[in-house]
Amino acid sequence: MEDLFPQIQSIFRDVFDDAELTVTENTTASDVPGWDSLTNINLIFAIEHEFNVKFALGEIQELSNVGEMVTLIQKKRSQAGKK
Amino acid sequence: MSLEAGPTKWAIPKEMRFPISAEEILRKRQALKKELLKQPNLTASRIAILGGSTTQEVKSILELFLLAQGIQASFYESEYNAYYEEVMFEGVALREFKPDVVLVHTTWHNVSRLPGLLESEQEAEELLRREVGRFEAFWSKIHSEFGAVIIQNNFDLPSLRPLGNLEASEAYGRVNFLQRLNAEFARYARSHSRILINDIHYLSAQVGLERWFDFNYWYNYHMALSPVATVAMAQNVASIVKSIYGKSKKCLVLDLDNTLWGGVIGDDGLQGILLGRDHPIGEAYANFQRYVKELRQRGVLLAVCSKNDFENAKEGFTHPDSILKFEDFSAFKANWNPKSDNIKEIAAELNIGLDSLVFIDDNPVERAIVSAQVPEVAVPEVGSEVHRFAEAIEAEGYFEPVKIVQDDIERASYYAGNAQRTAYESAFANYGEFLTSLEMTAEIGAFVPVYLERITQLINKSNQFNLTTRRYTAAEVEAVSQDSNAITLYGRLSDKYGDNGLVSVVIGSVQGDTVEIDLWLMSCRVLKREMEWAMFDALVEECMSRGVRKIRGVYIPSKKNSMVAEHYGGLGFTRLEEASTERKLWEYELSQPYSMKAQHIRRSPRKAMSAVGT
Repeated sequence: MEDLFPQIQSIFRDVFDDAELTVTENTTASDVPGWDSLTNINLIFAIEHEFNVKFALGEIQELSNVGEMVTLIQKKRSQAGKK
Repeated sequence: MSLEAGPTKWAIPKEMRFPISAEEILRKRQALKKELLKQPNLTASRIAILGGSTTQEVKSILELFLLAQGIQASFYESEYNAYYEEVMFEGVALREFKPDVVLVHTTWHNVSRLPGLLESEQEAEELLRREVGRFEAFWSKIHSEFGAVIIQNNFDLPSLRPLGNLEASEAYGRVNFLQRLNAEFARYARSHSRILINDIHYLSAQVGLERWFDFNYWYNYHMALSPVATVAMAQNVASIVKSIYGKSKKCLVLDLDNTLWGGVIGDDGLQGILLGRDHPIGEAYANFQRYVKELRQRGVLLAVCSKNDFENAKEGFTHPDSILKFEDFSAFKANWNPKSDNIKEIAAELNIGLDSLVFIDDNPVERAIVSAQVPEVAVPEVGSEVHRFAEAIEAEGYFEPVKIVQDDIERASYYAGNAQRTAYESAFANYGEFLTSLEMTAEIGAFVPVYLERITQLINKSNQFNLTTRRYTAAEVEAVSQDSNAITLYGRLSDKYGDNGLVSVVIGSVQGDTVEIDLWLMSCRVLKREMEWAMFDALVEECMSRGVRKIRGVYIPSKKNSMVAEHYGGLGFTRLEEASTERKLWEYELSQPYSMKAQHIRRSPRKAMSAVGT
């Protein structure tokens, strides 16, 4: 499985405007200052655009950390690859 | 990028300039906001966003585009979908906010009731009347309680049309109904100057309905527009707001070769350039010329800045398919000097700020030089294909008009006449003789309703000959025109070359036997014509008829108005000692008899509105 973390990291750094921000699999919203419902929308949009995926209704609410998000993205990309 | 020593002048971040990427702006918004806030001289504005759906993203992106236009907004957001209630039912927070601008962010989802299947034309008509009536009551309430300008969304197209193409042709079709509603909104806006339409119907088509609306964003967050659509809308709204604040650009500066015609006239000659229907490229250039011509006709100044011999450049406009003519240009620089120097000269000749200019050139090297040397000038990255040039002008909304008033139409002709005036000036031995020969007449009087729009426009865009740079909204102008404790004066100046239009405004407030001048401004077009003296004569006349004995003049220095630092001194006022450096006071004692200062301007009575350009 390709490592998506560099791109995810870059997205987080842009959205939060913090060049030193580091995210890991276990990062959750409470770990990052300013991660609220509005910035969440921005993150999701940037991720969808960067990886060319679409999250279905309800999928986002079920994610509890960045690691789960990455897994979901990888799953979607491999599904898209199979079409 | 500056070749001079010293700090680089601030420039709008490239992500916010044509051609924009919505995704990039959305992702980098925090960093962009920080950069935009470094801009000096931001204008403050209070903007209330009344939403029929979620407004957070609208506010977030609108803030960026407004900053890019030099406007720092403080926002009020209504509660979710409470646009109607907060206005109609005494929403306290909204009223306490005192907005300058009210953006009504409604979309087709907010139509109270769309016609049902197979309802009759009369039933559809009744629904239309009721919906329009609901909004008219809403707008009236805003007008009567707030002095704000309303920016009202019209209706976008729905993403689904269950009846297929019948939605457009049947009276009970959604598409048909929404289009009729939009026509009614337009009609109201045409007859009410303080409401402007935000044409999201057009934007939804331009962005494309598939990108305009995103089901995920609707169901998860009740956002009626996708993030990409929000960027398009925010840019559009910012363009409207900036034009309200008089920040629309004034002059389009154009290169010639491969910008207004295909080819290089110095090499190809008049016969060889591509212009007109005989050639696909020629047709594209003719269409761009037509686009530019229309800008000129509604008051945008045109200038040429080309690396060419003057005679060759001028000859290009004699081409039979040339829509633009040499006379259309208010300044014409065709030489081998650096374009940055020419552009600075153009601004000086036309007496407008460098930040009022837009420069279009197909050559990226020329664009880069001008951007670097004269960063105040807007230089869109138009590429080299002519069909993108107009697209760039529109995407940036440089010349967004609020309303087009008669003075705008005449403005470019004035500048053509001005060339004649300046040629004339050098033939006279003394300046007084020259002024007499102009045969000037001025119409000066208290504000009247027919001029209020132009007065408001002038108040909000005059920066140089402006003693206090005090801005008034349209509502405030109307209020002061009816205030018996205020003295208001407008001045129109004509000469034998034409009508300069309404060029000066004075507002004073009377307190006992003193009047304090709160506002005195004049268009730079009529500098050194004695118009300020004529205005002062009229002011003195009015003061005497009211028993006023003292006139107090206020000068508030700004970055742009140093030319009027000694204005009151020149009129014979005495300087008062004043503790503050921000507000300088002068005083004039009225004594009998008063001798008129203006010797070369005849006062004329107010003309009927039909006398335009005479």
